[in-house]
Amino acid sequence: MKRFAALVQALDETTKTNAKVSALATYFMTAPDRDKLWTIALLSHRRPRRTIKTSLMREWAAELAEVPLWLFEESYHVVGDLAETIALVLPKPSRESDTSLADWLALIQSWREKEDVVKKEEICHAWTSLNHRERFVFNKLITGGFRLGVSQKLMTRALAKATEIDESILAHRLMGDWSPQSTTFEELILSENPADALSKPYPFYLAYALDASLESLDPPGDWQAERKWDGIRGQVIKRAGSLFIWSRGEELMTDRFPELHAMAETLPDGVVVDGELLPYKEGRPMTFQHLQTRIGRKKVTKTILEKVPVVLVAYDLLEYGGADIRAKPLSERRSLLEDIVKKANVPSLLISELVPFGNWGVLTQERENSREHASEGIMLKRKDSPYLVGRKRGAWWKWKIDPLVIDAVMIYAQQGHGRRANLFTDYTFAVWSGDQLVPFAKAYSGLTDAEFQEITTFVRRNTLDRFGPVRSVKPHLVFEIAFEGIQASKRHKSGVALRFPRMSRWRKDKHPKEANTLEDLNAILALYG
Amino acid sequence: MQTSAEGYLCTMALVQFRPEGFYVPAADVYIDPWRKVERAIITHGHADHSRWGHGSYVCSALSEPIIRHRLGKIKLNSYDYGDTFSVRGVKFSLIPAGHIVGSAQVRIEHKGEVWVISGDYKVEDDGISGAFEPVPCHTFISECTFGLPVYNWLPQKQVLSEINAWWRENQENGVTSVLTAYSLGKAQRLLAGLDTDIGPIFTHGAIEEMTQVIRRSGLSLPATRQLTDDVRKADLPLALVLTPPGATGTAWMRRFKKVSIASASGWMQLRGTRRRGSLDRGFVLSDHADWDGLNLAIQATGAENVYVTHGYTHVFARWLKSKGINAGVVETQFSNDGNEASDQLVSS
Repeated sequence: MKRFAALVQALDETTKTNAKVSALATYFMTAPDRDKLWTIALLSHRRPRRTIKTSLMREWAAELAEVPLWLFEESYHVVGDLAETIALVLPKPSRESDTSLADWLALIQSWREKEDVVKKEEICHAWTSLNHRERFVFNKLITGGFRLGVSQKLMTRALAKATEIDESILAHRLMGDWSPQSTTFEELILSENPADALSKPYPFYLAYALDASLESLDPPGDWQAERKWDGIRGQVIKRAGSLFIWSRGEELMTDRFPELHAMAETLPDGVVVDGELLPYKEGRPMTFQHLQTRIGRKKVTKTILEKVPVVLVAYDLLEYGGADIRAKPLSERRSLLEDIVKKANVPSLLISELVPFGNWGVLTQERENSREHASEGIMLKRKDSPYLVGRKRGAWWKWKIDPLVIDAVMIYAQQGHGRRANLFTDYTFAVWSGDQLVPFAKAYSGLTDAEFQEITTFVRRNTLDRFGPVRSVKPHLVFEIAFEGIQASKRHKSGVALRFPRMSRWRKDKHPKEANTLEDLNAILALYG
Repeated sequence: MQTSAEGYLCTMALVQFRPEGFYVPAADVYIDPWRKVERAIITHGHADHSRWGHGSYVCSALSEPIIRHRLGKIKLNSYDYGDTFSVRGVKFSLIPAGHIVGSAQVRIEHKGEVWVISGDYKVEDDGISGAFEPVPCHTFISECTFGLPVYNWLPQKQVLSEINAWWRENQENGVTSVLTAYSLGKAQRLLAGLDTDIGPIFTHGAIEEMTQVIRRSGLSLPATRQLTDDVRKADLPLALVLTPPGATGTAWMRRFKKVSIASASGWMQLRGTRRRGSLDRGFVLSDHADWDGLNLAIQATGAENVYVTHGYTHVFARWLKSKGINAGVVETQFSNDGNEASDQLVSS
């Protein structure tokens, strides 16, 4: 654990990518295999499920620190991170511990089966035998989310450096349904042919937002255009008679989409299709909010299947006849894909239609029509592009439509968490209904740190009331709120729910009275809802 | 202005909380006022406590050069720590507060009643700011900048050795060490604790100037050199550079090729603050009392009534009340709101 805590500290202490990679690589070269495997799991979103209620952790930490629970909670509001708050309030340790990372994780896992009294005794024993830094790490192992600024990609790069195995090979090996309990470092990382290759997806190729002029992409004939859909990116794998459905978040979701299982019968063996899992009814995509009602639930009932049917809109073909064809040009992969989709002939498998365009002007027009197609914009892909790993520039671009916007008044503010603890970064916005302000959206992104700092000072000076961590503030600041979609909602006071609201501009030039009204919001709902 | 504590503050109180600041009516004197007044007693030289424009000033002997330097031509009297002086029959004395060089608590006694205004203070003796002395009193007005149980400091010795180790490591890697610290107080405390055997210490102009003022009051500090264009580029990777926090984002920093930027402040206790500053290192070193320090200090005064000012006031007052102390909150204009922006104005 000392080695892992030192790694976490080293990663935390630097903002430089190279320093992070080198700290990780050193760790991967020196740590025991079991610890390494756990570290990979933790840094690739494979943190095990929580085995203890955080409310109990708060209670026990406050008790051990001899502070009342309310004071612990106040401290938590300021620190913004539970693991850190606990590490900070506890008294100094009374002994040391040499327990390894893997063994601590085994203990934490064992709590699933244990009574609260036993958990309490074991967690308190751990807290009193770990120093401040180790405690923080230990708590994070329980509560999750290190936020070390280490992406899976960066971790893979460090692992490649340490093992001298090619990065993209490692990225593939790291995918899929494994856990530190189900495999070993040797088997997962070092061995040539992992036994569980059957269900293994490929790393997704992701596009950056188009930031250059269309003319710089000339000639238009080199490119293929498709609509950009607002669902979940996924891969459908058919190997040895079995079907597997993966989401981009690397979750195996086969059971969540029974309507796609018909493909198992008609897709040939040894194919992997990249596409969008999209709610789709009566020949038209539904909204992302509809899809959310599907992903959330474990049990897929008949009713929900009828209400929100899902299809796969196929974008690309990564494997054909059992061979990895990602290096072939897109045009070749596309014609194979069209052929497969046609032959499969199931209503739940659609091809992503190409948007024909002879020149950029036509494409610009098509993009303007995106909302009519319930699409988010246009995807541009070079016809000769291979299928790469991760987010890459150059050959694929996403060209989203401009968001919808509305000017709103900030009425509540709350402190952020983690990196933004101590700053008021989470705001509630309202629009006018007569002389009343009606809250309609929360947002916490889109501004610079300097702007958050400025607003924090404003909030402190203009607090009208406190409700726990939330402050109501003088309705004075106006922001332009951008959002991707709008829907009627009974759960919200304003009667609308927004998709991905964020602050696009601080309208310092606007008086609060000049903000938009509920009627304006309803007009947008009528147009696009 | 809030005067909670069960209406205790009637017009007869020894100290009143007025829009100008803390006021002693019997003596017609203000302590650390933030609006212009006739007579002011100043606890220490930081800008939010010693403001420009009062008719006359009183401060500790060690604060005098600092305040004169900052405020220019003013009418000022100073007293040694512990000396008693009377104003209209009210007895005053200045007691070491341990915050920065010359910092003082103000003890006020009238007709057998004693109040103490803490100013800013820390409990650990840092070797240059005087050792904090708890003073028995009936009413104690205490700062509580770090009044939460997550703020507990390591001994200064340990933090300084971490800083020295960071400097040494940077030097081995050919990296210049840039350490940000408020120019009055923290900078001198660091200077006194840095291991000068490692290499040269360069300073930003603002720190150099203040350090020279403090040397004049008799404090011996290691040699420093202002970082000007005359300094050889080759010397930079050997050096530690002290600079106020505001300078790190400016063109002044461009002279360093490879650099590691660290900050020494109590706010560095929180990971969020450290990360937001895009710092390479955050050292937890504060000139304010930590949680245990505040509690010890308050307990040691034996005060029945405690008013808390700048910091996590509402939470800290509630905590004191739960301990059976009659506690209230006084809103002040001391610029300390728990963030790094104010760090540039106030020490931490």
